[in-house]
Amino acid sequence: MELREKILTYIEKHAKVDAADLAAMLGVDEVTLANEIGAMEKERIICGYHTMIDWSRTKEEKVTALIEVRVTPQRGLGFDNVAERIYRYPEVLAVYLISGSYDLMVILEGKSLKEVAQFVNDKLASLDTVLSTATHFILKKYKDHGTVLGKEVKYERIKVTP
Amino acid sequence: MTDPTNHIIKEIKPSGIRKFFDLVNQMDDAISLGVGEPDFVTPWKIIDEGIYSLEKGRTYYTSNAGLAELKSEIVKFLDRRYGLHYDEKNEVFVTVGGSEAIDLAMRVLLEPGDEVLVPQPSFVSYVPCAAMAYGIPVPIALRAEDEFKLTPEALEAAITPKTKMLVLPFPNNPTGAIMTRNELAHLVDIIVENDIYVLSDEIYSELTYKERHCSIASFPGMKERTVVINGFSKSHAMTGWRLGYAAGPAPIIKQMLKLHQFAIMCAPTNSQYAAVVAMRECDEEVEAMREAYDQRRRFLLYRFREMGLPCFEPFGAFYMFPDIRKFGMTSEEFANRLLQEEKVAVVPGTAFGDCGEGFLRISYAYSLENLKEALDRIEHFIKRLEADA
Repeated sequence: MELREKILTYIEKHAKVDAADLAAMLGVDEVTLANEIGAMEKERIICGYHTMIDWSRTKEEKVTALIEVRVTPQRGLGFDNVAERIYRYPEVLAVYLISGSYDLMVILEGKSLKEVAQFVNDKLASLDTVLSTATHFILKKYKDHGTVLGKEVKYERIKVTP
Repeated sequence: MTDPTNHIIKEIKPSGIRKFFDLVNQMDDAISLGVGEPDFVTPWKIIDEGIYSLEKGRTYYTSNAGLAELKSEIVKFLDRRYGLHYDEKNEVFVTVGGSEAIDLAMRVLLEPGDEVLVPQPSFVSYVPCAAMAYGIPVPIALRAEDEFKLTPEALEAAITPKTKMLVLPFPNNPTGAIMTRNELAHLVDIIVENDIYVLSDEIYSELTYKERHCSIASFPGMKERTVVINGFSKSHAMTGWRLGYAAGPAPIIKQMLKLHQFAIMCAPTNSQYAAVVAMRECDEEVEAMREAYDQRRRFLLYRFREMGLPCFEPFGAFYMFPDIRKFGMTSEEFANRLLQEEKVAVVPGTAFGDCGEGFLRISYAYSLENLKEALDRIEHFIKRLEADA
């Protein structure tokens, strides 16, 4: 792996790592590391730094839905135009163009079932190019972004072994 | 009551680690850097296969030598990784960890009174196993100036007409030292001329950070006098599965297998099925673990230099072996005080042979967070020692 890929692999899981520590771990000086990261931010390889939160363990109510959307592609624009119409909404977490029996996968977060239903009804289904939608509510998140949610299970190694 | 136990067994010193283990265990909040096994959980593919093999009801013995499928994968792996060529039918078999293979090789090769050269510091089993096989263990003290490598001079100086076997423990536990192809080449002629057999313990062979591991058995004339011991514990984070193997000349393997048959029967069946997947499908996982160890290794070296703790740069296993001689304490005193005053557990170098005096074994099979905290405490400790001096 090249330096860039090594940096990305590490910070993808440990965004809070101290720059001096990471530089030491990768065997480069801090300036080199800062330059690489800065360049990757500019090139939009690094698109942001977010926090993994299990909202279900807080007092805040949140509902997530996966919505399959079938649309009519537009001449000269394909799916990009309608995708943008959808992803502009802040409550939309993700939009993917998908192969198979439907076209767009929309991940939506709302405060309640009702709010999500309203969004689908008012905003999505009403778009001219949208042919149909199918909404799946998420009941429980087991793992997200490569991280297992819930209590950490620790296996204790013996403290001193040869 | 008179003690009915065998005098040779009784004379074997208990492991120096045991004493320290008891001490650490009384302290709940101690951070330990004393572990000799990976901190990673076995890759899920391997665990899944282990579970599947139990679900399928594969709860019977395998043949004494192990599953044919696994032996075949081991032979391919040794070829692919180290250029070693073994016959899967007669030259390799599966053991209960590398430890069993060490014991068997000694019993099979030694006649009473034969001398076994054991470079130290090294793993705690070689000396007792040699003694249990009625051999005479002869330690070779490796030196910090040589980065704890075995030099041709040290080897030649230790050879007598009674020398039968040389243990080659590289990559090394506890020092992290490796032997490069070039360095091994200088030993080969001496070994052949003196008709010595080699027990090459290569359990850490997948964990090298500068160049790929080189096995002494890959030199012309060496395969016929070398027993290569390896396993899955370190490379695939499978310590608890208890699975290793020995590869060597057919007449030696045949006798080792006979002892294995009578004492052990066979290695655990579900571990063997799981290990087939480990050999076939886990190169990427092994590489990712190696990269993680390498990053921590560099971090530790950087911190040691920062705090002024001398340490040669080790390129293998997951240990550092810093030099504490300038503090004027024995390894045991240093380790004890570090434990009492800063609650950090490390293993005194003397647990791996007398020549480990003045050194500590620090394992980096821990998360970065854990290492950072432990190193901050070590720094605090040595700054205080320096201020008191």
